[in-house]
Amino acid sequence: MARLDRMSPRLQEHFLTMPCPAFDATPWVTGPPLAERRVALISTAGLHRRDDRPFSPGSLEYRRIPAHTPPDDLVMSHVSTNFDRTGFQQDWNVVFPLDRLRELAAAGVVGSLARDHYSFMGAIGDTHALEPHARELARTMQADGVDTALLVPV
Amino acid sequence: MATTQISLIRVHTERIRPPRALWVPFELGRPIGPHGNPAFQTRVVRAALELLERPEGPVLEDFPDDEPAGTEPEAPLACPVSFAASAAELDVEAALPDAFRAEVDGLRDWYDAAVRERGRTTANTVGLAPEAVAEFVAAFARGQDPDNPLPGVSPAMALKMATEDLKAYYNESMTARPGGNTDPVSLENWFWGETAAARVLNEARRECLRRDGREYLFLGSNWLVPRRQLHRFESGAALAAAVAAASPERRRDDAR
Repeated sequence: MARLDRMSPRLQEHFLTMPCPAFDATPWVTGPPLAERRVALISTAGLHRRDDRPFSPGSLEYRRIPAHTPPDDLVMSHVSTNFDRTGFQQDWNVVFPLDRLRELAAAGVVGSLARDHYSFMGAIGDTHALEPHARELARTMQADGVDTALLVPV
Repeated sequence: MATTQISLIRVHTERIRPPRALWVPFELGRPIGPHGNPAFQTRVVRAALELLERPEGPVLEDFPDDEPAGTEPEAPLACPVSFAASAAELDVEAALPDAFRAEVDGLRDWYDAAVRERGRTTANTVGLAPEAVAEFVAAFARGQDPDNPLPGVSPAMALKMATEDLKAYYNESMTARPGGNTDPVSLENWFWGETAAARVLNEARRECLRRDGREYLFLGSNWLVPRRQLHRFESGAALAAAVAAASPERRRDDAR
């Protein structure tokens, strides 16, 4: 499905003509070796703890997902109906690979995992409106010693 | 803050030019690939992380492999309950509600088994039992205004969440059966093509289009029935209108 050549012509056209934000430059932030990095996971799948506020259409803010959140407490309130949810329903790592990151940290492939991980909700028309929220989140993550973010769309 | 990421729509990533991205060929909604396959998932996550060690960028690299074959795509689903022979032909007033209730009741044992086995469910975001979720959606589809179970959430968005709970209930149940088909395309086509629940969701979609308000407009156009399944419920000019309503003009408000 994420291969355009396997989509219907209508869906191909939909994605090919979808507006994308443009940036003047690509930032290039370096850091220590992977085995010394502290990594946080950031999803745009509209994930949140079961008792947290669901996302509403056009939500720009993010939800905090503490690293100790059990799988049964993580739910999805993304507004879109145009992506598969059955993978997440059977295994949260399909969307939110926290177990895989834990294993990589335990094996020493990455240094450590953040205290908290995060989710926004995609399907945002004006993506530049997200910038202040992203900057605030980056400051929050830096306070936790995080130097690397793994961004996972849905 | 250094970033690396998964890319799903490659042409979008080519335009945005983030510093590091790993394009994957998986279905939308499955950025890390197959469920229940930790080794494969680890390969994907590790490939994305290893882009951090590249000396220069931007880097956009392709993950080399498709999801490993699971159940055969498009294989017929053997339903564990007696679904109506042809949900598409059920009378909306009488037969459809009965068939819907029978489906929900018939899936309950498999849903309970799924929750026990997985230790989790994604099908309870509105705080109602599956049978109550079904009744909430059915009442709305009949044009009623059932009590909103979620204080602080608009009735329209409570409906949206209830419909996702309902679909999750069906999918979690169906995928819990031993040897059950877990191919996402098969599951989607089964749900939208064969169940009374899908007919009820489509009636809810039509009810949304009769109501005033921006959220109901989006529910009716794009948030209840997937764009690629609308053909099951509309044809001719009505289908063209429904697809147009769910397509590019709406993108600023619903990018998907």
